[in-house]
Amino acid sequence: MLEIAGLSKSFAGFRAVSDVSLTVDTRQIAAVIGPNGAGKSTLFNLITGHLRPDSGSVRLDGRDITGAAPHRICRLGVGRSFQRTNIFSKLTVFENLQAAFLVHHRRGLNFWARSDALYRDETAALLVSIGLAGQENTVAGTLSYGNQKQLELGLALASDPQVLLLDEPTAGMSATETHETIRLLERIAAERELTLLFTEHDMEVVFSIAQKIAVLHQGQVIAEGLPQAVRNDPEVRRIYLGHGLVHGE
Amino acid sequence: MTAVTATTTATGQRAALTRRIPWTLIVFLAMCTVPWVGGRYNVFLAEQIAIDALFAVSLNLLLGTTGLVSFGHVAYFGVGAYVCGILMKTYDMPFIVAFPAAGLGAALFALVSGYFCVRLIKLYFAMLTLAFSQIVWAIAYKWNDVTGGDQGLPEIPYPNLDWLDHVPGLSGLSIGDRFYLLTLVLIGVSLAIIHRIVRSPFGRVLTTIRDNPERAAFIGVNVRAYQLAVFVVAGAFAGLAGALYGIFSRGVFADYVFWSKSAEVMIMTILGGMGYFWGPPVGAAALVWLNQAITDYTQYWPLVLGVILLVLLFAFPGGILGGLDLLWARIKRMRRA
Repeated sequence: MLEIAGLSKSFAGFRAVSDVSLTVDTRQIAAVIGPNGAGKSTLFNLITGHLRPDSGSVRLDGRDITGAAPHRICRLGVGRSFQRTNIFSKLTVFENLQAAFLVHHRRGLNFWARSDALYRDETAALLVSIGLAGQENTVAGTLSYGNQKQLELGLALASDPQVLLLDEPTAGMSATETHETIRLLERIAAERELTLLFTEHDMEVVFSIAQKIAVLHQGQVIAEGLPQAVRNDPEVRRIYLGHGLVHGE
Repeated sequence: MTAVTATTTATGQRAALTRRIPWTLIVFLAMCTVPWVGGRYNVFLAEQIAIDALFAVSLNLLLGTTGLVSFGHVAYFGVGAYVCGILMKTYDMPFIVAFPAAGLGAALFALVSGYFCVRLIKLYFAMLTLAFSQIVWAIAYKWNDVTGGDQGLPEIPYPNLDWLDHVPGLSGLSIGDRFYLLTLVLIGVSLAIIHRIVRSPFGRVLTTIRDNPERAAFIGVNVRAYQLAVFVVAGAFAGLAGALYGIFSRGVFADYVFWSKSAEVMIMTILGGMGYFWGPPVGAAALVWLNQAITDYTQYWPLVLGVILLVLLFAFPGGILGGLDLLWARIKRMRRA
């Protein structure tokens, strides 16, 4: 369970995230939505230790992880993908995932073993799971954009997280790719019993898989709850007017 | 996409080809024959190349493997040279104690200075490494009682290699030639160890830091701790190279620790190709040889070096080995066409 309480962060007087509280239950799929600049990415960076909050707390299964270093938070079971694809672009696909396995299994300070032989099976299985089988020896930076996103998901999964944070997992994807990615995420979340928190601008995606939605506006949560309740919230409707939230009604 | 595939296959074939020929063994054995076939001057050049090769490979652990630009790598080379020199000359210690002590001393200094350096990034990291190396230089220059100050520590004794009398074929060699052979063996072993480290899980994690430190942190890598660890390892091997250099050049002087030596070893690394394990040794050989060859013709050696570097950096950003790699790929393609 991920509990965020009273989280705030200012940059030079600008309150990017203001008193945000949000709880994601174990195995729940939750989405944070909001217009550009609403503070979604900042919120993620606060949770994962890339930014230190001015106030408030983040708890993972009751354990306070506020302001811990990113590598610690990762080891405690939080995986994340980044909005702009963030992989090891000069390494091969195999090397990308293998490095993540090595670190997760605390083999990183082994100075002597031959790394090439390690975690081959685990890497192969993960590649099948994320739909990149057969791409082991491709240099990651030369993959197609969609495949890079899949690899990034693989990087997050290699450390076997309980909570997965995805920052715009379908950004820049075509309609088909978006659809496939959502199927993939749903399957993996179910297989691995993940708690999933994601941001997304595509409302169709949000309403198709989220069990809970929080709406962020100017750094504040203005609505939170079941998808249907959020959809009918007058304040949300006012902010999103003309932004497609009412689409499909 | 096709271009990418072509390069990948070419590299694959090149790798297969080079694997059939044990290049490293051939080079090592060839270098061992220099005292018999080459004369004293060539022994001098070969020994200089070998020591610079180890020094440059140790720098490349930071530069090419981890993406850390150190401008002060000579500090650890210097600490190693002084530790070994002082132990052997002032305290009459045998080489077998002084040599490992040099590596240990350099590693300890790297641990202390690295602790501060890895807290900074990029240019600031580079500046701080430079500052630490200038501190070492200042100490070496001023601490007369221990380092000999500006007079340095001349006449460091050779290790006792009389036992080589009993090895058939080696009994006729001078002490200088014997030390050369010992240097080759120690450097060969050091390079083998570094090669193994680069290919270990530790080495793999270092490449993730080089490629993308932010992402490395979020697969669970404690980036600073790994940077400090590799800083210490690189410092230790630089110290070993320094220890050999002090004995080889018959003395340790403050000049050895001056910052321009850091620039020189960085030039070797880039010249040879920092993307390749054997790039720095190739760069060391090229630089030492060029230095010799060009100073025979002109006193404007630095100018010629500058021009060569300029051309290389623009034409072959991957250094000499990177250039050869490209050339090989092109030949392969032409043959297929």
